[in-house]
Amino acid sequence: MTARKQRERKRLRAGLLFISPWLFGFLVFQLSPILMSLYYSLTEYNLFTSPKWVGFANYAEMAKDSKMYLSLYNTMFITVFGLFPQLAYALAVALLLNRNVKGLSLYRTIYFLPTLVPAVAGSLLWMWLLNAQYGLINQVLGAIGLPEPNWLMDAHWLKPSLILMGFWGTGTTTIMYLAALQDVPKMYYEAASIDGASAWHKFRHITLPAISPMTLFLVIMGLIGSFQYFSQGYVFAESNNQSIGGPENAILFYAIYLYQNAFSFLKMGYASAMAWLLFVIVFILTIVVFKSSSKWVFYGGDR
Amino acid sequence: MQQRSVGKSIASHLILSLVGLLFLTPFAWLFLTSFKTEDEIFVIPIQWLPDRLRWDNYINAIKMIPFVQYTWNTIWIAILSVAGVVLLTPVVAYGFSRIDFKGRNALFMLMLSTLMLPGQVTIIPLYVMFNKMNLLNSYWPLVLTTWFGTGMAYNVFMVRQFFNGIPQELSESAKIDGASEFRIYAQIVLPLAKPAILTIGLFTFLFAWGDFQGPLIYLNDPDKWTLSIGLKQFIRENNVAWGPLMAAATLFTIPIIVIYFFVQKKFIEGITITGMK
Repeated sequence: MTARKQRERKRLRAGLLFISPWLFGFLVFQLSPILMSLYYSLTEYNLFTSPKWVGFANYAEMAKDSKMYLSLYNTMFITVFGLFPQLAYALAVALLLNRNVKGLSLYRTIYFLPTLVPAVAGSLLWMWLLNAQYGLINQVLGAIGLPEPNWLMDAHWLKPSLILMGFWGTGTTTIMYLAALQDVPKMYYEAASIDGASAWHKFRHITLPAISPMTLFLVIMGLIGSFQYFSQGYVFAESNNQSIGGPENAILFYAIYLYQNAFSFLKMGYASAMAWLLFVIVFILTIVVFKSSSKWVFYGGDR
Repeated sequence: MQQRSVGKSIASHLILSLVGLLFLTPFAWLFLTSFKTEDEIFVIPIQWLPDRLRWDNYINAIKMIPFVQYTWNTIWIAILSVAGVVLLTPVVAYGFSRIDFKGRNALFMLMLSTLMLPGQVTIIPLYVMFNKMNLLNSYWPLVLTTWFGTGMAYNVFMVRQFFNGIPQELSESAKIDGASEFRIYAQIVLPLAKPAILTIGLFTFLFAWGDFQGPLIYLNDPDKWTLSIGLKQFIRENNVAWGPLMAAATLFTIPIIVIYFFVQKKFIEGITITGMK
């Protein structure tokens, strides 16, 4: 064996040793659960008796399950009307913060604070804010003569309630956008100013392309997170003394329905099949966003 | 020109402080409610300030539910979670950053790709596994999944970014002196990585402190409950004890805000690092 090969071997051994905690985690907490989940999805399994092979029956049942479609619809609703407006809003705030305002760190702290509140505490606080009779929001709406929706009991207002609360938690996104904005080279704007470009023109043709890698990152992480939306929706229904999903199942989100199948109905096989559908949906969406990104994401130096 | 930019700056401040005020209002509502009596809570129009500072809600919050027990449980889970993460993450990050071994990049890509894996896919088999190991209703499922679950990939990624920024020459000279890889890790690289480790420790604490889904699934025994799960006990069949509930929520939130004010910079750095390529 040559000395070079020996060194390579030694490095391989050391490398694997160092990453062994991750290798262990990957095998035990990811790879084997993934395979087991695929297997369970082809069985009927209630935890107490051993899994019974049923082939694709769970998937066939899923195709006919109207509650599954409803939960998928609810999830897409908060993705489209929650995630994207919240991203736009976070960007708007970040743009304002990026104007070298005095007191930047104070503003930043204020916008960031809500993200520190534990999900359950935040959800309960918002339920109190949205209380139909005594809540702050309706009292303010009433005082200025606007209608006072029954936010938490009316099936039409539950999803908007959650979306509204979501805006409160956009601090992390704002800070990430702000970091991206601060990385845009100043000379681009100076050059554009000399050419007499308008503010909108600069935003559209310099800022947006320059921060597009961050947008890509936020959209992908946001999609993955949104399809797993759980805690807030669960707390909103439960703390209203309502069954999982709320009135008319308006806030039965996909992850919540999956949880209910697994841990309330003990339909582990069916829930595993749902998990796989979720996996496939998230995977396809990520691929689609990545593929489309060659059209709208610009990496520094390319253009 | 000068005047216009002053005007713009005033407009920016106006919008920023208006939005800031909107963001702070829920905190004020939380805090003020926690000091109000029922009569002051259920009143139209709003009574903003309580007549006097009463601690009754705080006393009730602690008495109505086993608040101290839940707090202790939550702290314990958070400490165990942070300890493991802080110990394991830098070791793995070192392997991915400082040792150039065959297959490293492929494994690193594999690790990053696990970030896309929804937790729902693994939760059922993991539940079955912990059930077979008789670990349900213990903290181990929560702690072990925090150590080795998807969170590990995030943390390793973050610390690896940091390690990549430490000059290679530092290790090279130690290697010439005959130091082993582990000694270089423990004596040279690790001490320099304190800020990164503090950051992942903080994020892990934050996660463990507020986690809801994990305790909901794994802890059925009320003695083991965390604050996230326990708070629902303020909600009764026909009424909600809003005063004590808001007091409990305040107590639940304050430790994190205090920590934040001590290590603000780390938080912000940590967040921006994850977003970078």
